[in-house]
Amino acid sequence: MKRTVFFGALTVAGLAASMASAATLDDVKARGSLNCGVTTGLVGFAAPDANGVWTGFDVGMCRAVAAAIFGDPSAVEFVPTTGQTRFTALASGEIDMLARNTTWTFSRDVDLKFEFNGVNYYDGQGFMVPKELGVNSAKDLDGATVCIQTGTTTELNLADFFRTNNISYEPVPIETNAEAQQQYLAGACDVYTTDASGLAATRATFENPADHVLLPEIISKEPLGPLVRHGDSEWGDVVRWTLNALITAEELGVTSTNVNDLAAAPTDNPEVNRLLGTEGELGAMLGLDANWAQNAIAAGGNYGELFEKNIGENTPIGLARGLNAQWTEGGLIYSPPFR
Amino acid sequence: MSTLTDPPKAAFRPSQLIYDTRYRSITIQVVALILLCIAFYWLINNTVQNLANLGKEFNFSFLGSRAGYDINQRPIAYDNSMTHARAALVGMTNTILVSALGCIMATIIGVIIGVLRLSNNWVVSRLAAVYVEGFRNVPLLLWIIAIFALFTEGMDPPNTFRPNADGIAQNEMFLGSVAVTNQGTFMPGLAWSSLAWILSLVLIACIAGIVFLRRRARAIQAETGRIVPVFLPALGVLIVPMVLGYFALSAVSQRNDQVFVALGAQSGMDLASYAEASGRINFCSIPSEASTINAERYMQSTEVNFRRGDFFGDDDARKALAAGNCSLIIVDASEADALIAEIEATPLFNEPIAVLSDQLVEGRVVEVHYPVMTERGIPRFEGGFQVRNPLIALWLALSLYTGAFIAEIVRAGILAVSRGQSEAAFALGLRPNRTMRLVILPQALRVIVPPLISQFLNLTKNSSLAIAVGYMDVRATLGGITINQTGRELEGILLMGMFYLALSIAISAVMNFYNNRNTLKER
Amino acid sequence: MSDTHAQSSTFVRTQMLSEAEPPLREKGAVKWLRENLFSSWLNAILTILSLLIVYWALSGLIPWLANSVWTAGSLTECRQVLSVDGLGSHDGACFAVITDRWVQLIFGFYPSDLYWRPVLAFALFFVALAPVLFSAQLPRQMMWFSLVYPFLAVWLIWGGSIWSPLLVLLGFVVGYLALRELSKIGGAIVGVISAIVVAVIWWGLITPWATNTLHRVVGEARIESETAALSAMVDEMTPRLEALEAERDGLIARVNEEVATKDALLEEALSQRLNNPGTPAFETARSALLAQMDVLMAARREASELAVETFLLDEDLSEARGLLTRTRLLEAQNAQLPGLTEKAAELRANLPDAVANLLSLDGAGDATPEERQALEETLAAEEQAATLRDALESTYATLGRVGLEPVQSREIGGFTLGMIIGVSGIVLSLPLGILLALGRQSPLLIINKSSVAFIEVIRGVPLIVWLITASLLLNYFLPPGTNFDLMLRVIIMVTLFSAAYIAEVIRGGLAALPKGQYEGADSLGLDYWQSMRLIILPQALKISIPGIVNTFIGLFKDTVLVVFIGLLDPIGLTNAIRASTDWNGIYWELFIFIGLLFFIFCYSMGRYSLYLEKKLQRENR
Repeated sequence: MKRTVFFGALTVAGLAASMASAATLDDVKARGSLNCGVTTGLVGFAAPDANGVWTGFDVGMCRAVAAAIFGDPSAVEFVPTTGQTRFTALASGEIDMLARNTTWTFSRDVDLKFEFNGVNYYDGQGFMVPKELGVNSAKDLDGATVCIQTGTTTELNLADFFRTNNISYEPVPIETNAEAQQQYLAGACDVYTTDASGLAATRATFENPADHVLLPEIISKEPLGPLVRHGDSEWGDVVRWTLNALITAEELGVTSTNVNDLAAAPTDNPEVNRLLGTEGELGAMLGLDANWAQNAIAAGGNYGELFEKNIGENTPIGLARGLNAQWTEGGLIYSPPFR
Repeated sequence: MSTLTDPPKAAFRPSQLIYDTRYRSITIQVVALILLCIAFYWLINNTVQNLANLGKEFNFSFLGSRAGYDINQRPIAYDNSMTHARAALVGMTNTILVSALGCIMATIIGVIIGVLRLSNNWVVSRLAAVYVEGFRNVPLLLWIIAIFALFTEGMDPPNTFRPNADGIAQNEMFLGSVAVTNQGTFMPGLAWSSLAWILSLVLIACIAGIVFLRRRARAIQAETGRIVPVFLPALGVLIVPMVLGYFALSAVSQRNDQVFVALGAQSGMDLASYAEASGRINFCSIPSEASTINAERYMQSTEVNFRRGDFFGDDDARKALAAGNCSLIIVDASEADALIAEIEATPLFNEPIAVLSDQLVEGRVVEVHYPVMTERGIPRFEGGFQVRNPLIALWLALSLYTGAFIAEIVRAGILAVSRGQSEAAFALGLRPNRTMRLVILPQALRVIVPPLISQFLNLTKNSSLAIAVGYMDVRATLGGITINQTGRELEGILLMGMFYLALSIAISAVMNFYNNRNTLKER
Repeated sequence: MSDTHAQSSTFVRTQMLSEAEPPLREKGAVKWLRENLFSSWLNAILTILSLLIVYWALSGLIPWLANSVWTAGSLTECRQVLSVDGLGSHDGACFAVITDRWVQLIFGFYPSDLYWRPVLAFALFFVALAPVLFSAQLPRQMMWFSLVYPFLAVWLIWGGSIWSPLLVLLGFVVGYLALRELSKIGGAIVGVISAIVVAVIWWGLITPWATNTLHRVVGEARIESETAALSAMVDEMTPRLEALEAERDGLIARVNEEVATKDALLEEALSQRLNNPGTPAFETARSALLAQMDVLMAARREASELAVETFLLDEDLSEARGLLTRTRLLEAQNAQLPGLTEKAAELRANLPDAVANLLSLDGAGDATPEERQALEETLAAEEQAATLRDALESTYATLGRVGLEPVQSREIGGFTLGMIIGVSGIVLSLPLGILLALGRQSPLLIINKSSVAFIEVIRGVPLIVWLITASLLLNYFLPPGTNFDLMLRVIIMVTLFSAAYIAEVIRGGLAALPKGQYEGADSLGLDYWQSMRLIILPQALKISIPGIVNTFIGLFKDTVLVVFIGLLDPIGLTNAIRASTDWNGIYWELFIFIGLLFFIFCYSMGRYSLYLEKKLQRENR
């Protein structure tokens, strides 16, 4: 229940107390902006530019949700969180959703009581080594000094991998990607391990990317996705179906450039019509406007556009779609039907 | 007779509780106590409610579950199959280790720099001033990051020590036994035979002897004024028994028969045939034991390829053998059969296990083992005593930072002793070094020690920044990964806070004891 | 009498000789060198060693600094510029990152059109500090400004309606009046307690009510004109935004052209370097490239300025749109609210007795399903009404705002963040620190012991643990559902933390006062608080100032630890900056810049505190 806090008295406009309540969507609407938790900075996924404008793949997800609710992709406040503070921030209601390349695991879902709203990136933990080391497989890493980015499931996966293969290693846990990168480049670690997307992104910005190889082993499954608190399914649905709308839009060929034309009048494709609100009442069922999906897609493009713009092959990060291609193209990205 | 009667006792009135100073203090305290209790009740009640809302229970059972992560610096035995409690303990030991090392180093640096800053040598005193101001005025976290990065970029990686195709390495080890790399420093280590405890008893006896010698010399000086030399006799008392003991004990321990017990071996095999049969040998090595060192030398001399898995003690290594994590162990000849029987009794154990036919002995009572560059695979050093860079960098950063503060304390302490004291000492005919030792230092220390205590406390608390260099202290294990993995913030942070509090109290207790012993006894 | 004549004795000088030059080794640089650097063997060795250290440090640093690149848009471009001179990426610094991001390192994400506010707050800080430090020279009336300053600074930095800080300030006045009037009736203790109660009631009940009412009144009055203004603004802004966006896109295209030109020039310069090194042809190509870099950076700057303008306009527009929508909803919401509230109240009144007073479902463990459902419905209705009320309040708050544009605290970062946390930590902790110091000296057992326990517990645990507590645990200790700003939580924690340290500093000050001062106060018949207020504390605080300044320096340096809980202080920002593809891989330059700023600030503060200490020593002699 809501209570006036003593401290509330001391707070002025900017510090106004906000409270976690059961109906997040109403709160968000009343507040007029979405509080979205992101990382303090991860190349390609979330980073502020010189003007303080956040960009990135995860950021695109937040903007899409904001656009679906308000019709305005900039009605979102980005809250930087660390690996340690992210769950508390979400549980306490400081943020409404977390889009911080967070792995969907059993214990986070069940024990920590969060609801994952789908997967926006299928990742896995990999290894990067200097080419001159002459290592072709992670199983040859016996005795290696390994730089790990901490605060994630990475340490556990790594420990399990080396244990099952009965080889030894020397872990050097590092807080941030930037520090780990510096350690790795100076040769203070033989190997750098984190999510494969992170490795690729890091390697892409090296002076000589060709001097480093990613080993073929991917030692874990890391489905990354946005998440919300347990116990508010209406709000969870908004996030989940916004993500699904972006995915479906790519599948149906709805892009940020043609979405306004397609939404102007009903088309021949009933699913497009349902998605864009020219037919049926899907938006109202979610508690949103009829053109919610149109706004979400117009904000940053469909799933494929978001991917290409932020982390795709034409960006400095240069990730291939791989597992993250549409299911029609051999990937795992698949949205339930809009019906 | 006049009788003296007490004045009539005034009846107690409630208003005295406020207006009478005798009672008012009680009122205030009772009110304060009630307010305090209410505050605590409010906090605890909130916590209970919040925990209930989150469906969490306040308990420490998570400490008993498997940690699952590895720790790079392990002063005590640990691997990822052990519990979170064990991981927390390793973290605590690491915190204590780096704090203790840091306090010692910071004191040394602080004293040297503090004295140099008073030097009349312009260059030296300026340089000392630059050091002090530079470290004092920039956040420690920046220094830790900078020093760690300097270490990684300023030193060569280990692969520069590996000979290339022509047999020439870019870097040579210092004296063939010490290598300083950007992953760590590798130097010779000591290994002990099973008789080493006797040697340590001898050492204790020697030290007791030296203490006795000093006491006696002091007593003689107090009685007769004659100064009895202590240094040389003390050296003799230390060295002669130790050397004798070393040779005698080595002679004994080199008669201790040792045998290999090998997993997957048939009885009667020798090492060479076992190596051939099993492909690759995984040696359960205990680097702190002389028998291991001797066995490794033997294996190298017979040109058997092996890989070592390092363990902390006998139990550890034997458990690893039973679990199949390593395949070859060296044990006392007398214990071999018992060990085999014990391992075969382990449920689920189904591999053949046998004693190899090679005859070995335990090494000398103290063996030195050297770090060696591996020839294949990842370039790294095996054996020897290894100190990893996170520890060195954190240690240096903490000591340099705190050293800058201590230097100022030392400078102030020396300046606080008035010039008349040294002049008086000279007038008494004391030589400069005795003046320093007997007159100046004891007085300066009285000024130095109290602020020094708070610097030691600061250093200990600052060691919680270890995570910035990847050193796994209690904040990184218990307060970091464990909390992250189990979601038990309340319990974890509470434990961590209590640990730091206990550590701080212990340090100030020890230092205050020292300080009280040395303060001026005023009568 | 001897009658010696000067003229008669040829062996006596008639005039003084002019002073001879001292021997070569006893004068000038040589003497200075001999006495200061080479007075003994040990000294000579130390000198040479020191010089070697200095040489070693400078020989590494100076070329790196000398080759530094200041104009480039990314690390790659820095490397390109270096490569034209045949230098590797480690041979020269890339300070272009500082040119690009220094504003961010200082202000964080504070809206760029509002930078004057924190700057003004910072400048006024010194004005407010002056009467405290130079009480003798400045008129006493300036103290009033010092007292008002904290509220002014909060208002300047976070913005919002002017009456929020005024109402909070009024709380102190009300409390003081209560203290004065009621202590006449019931004595000091009653006075203090009632003053606290009155102030708390003022802040807890009256302030929110008054703020809301004021907002509502002003909002209602403005509603017509605001709606008109807003829709005019939206209509006017939309085409302007489109024009700006088009212009921006044009500029981006131009930047891309310039990049292409630069790439061509780079290739040219590199090939010239390879084929004709040192020739004028190479020099021309090199300077052409460098000139092009300037052109490119100018184009980028222009584009970025335009992008900022577009961004701000976009924000304004989206805000205006949002407000317009919410304003249009106001009428309906106002009509809806009484019904909802009534319905909730009715439901609550009709609840079965077993669950009548429950505020959440957690307590309804043993309720029957019907009771449970009734409770659920009630809670939902109450929730709905509360949300609607919140929505109304926030709309009115925006509509009826008289003051500055509000700024969220998560937009504050960099050195501004460290400054705010450090200054507010010290200022807020002073009263608490004084009370704790007095408590520690108090003969009252419980007060003494609890002060000691508080101080020792706070000082025994590292700040980083307290910060983690602030970010992870504070929510546990406060009533369920409470949640407030992370920065405020950090400030509260830092205040408690520094209070313990300040208490020790002030205890030192109290202990340093001669006993005669206490006895003198007693002999005048002053009671405890009077003697503290009039005699002891003014003196003790004065001698504590250097210690307080030193505590502040320590605290300011420690504010970088907030990076571990996700606040973007300078070090946190380095991570954010290095997470952009442009600057990924940059290292030393950022840390050198941050370290330098910290050094300048802390060093000058430290010097000042030393000066104060000496001055106080002179005065007390």
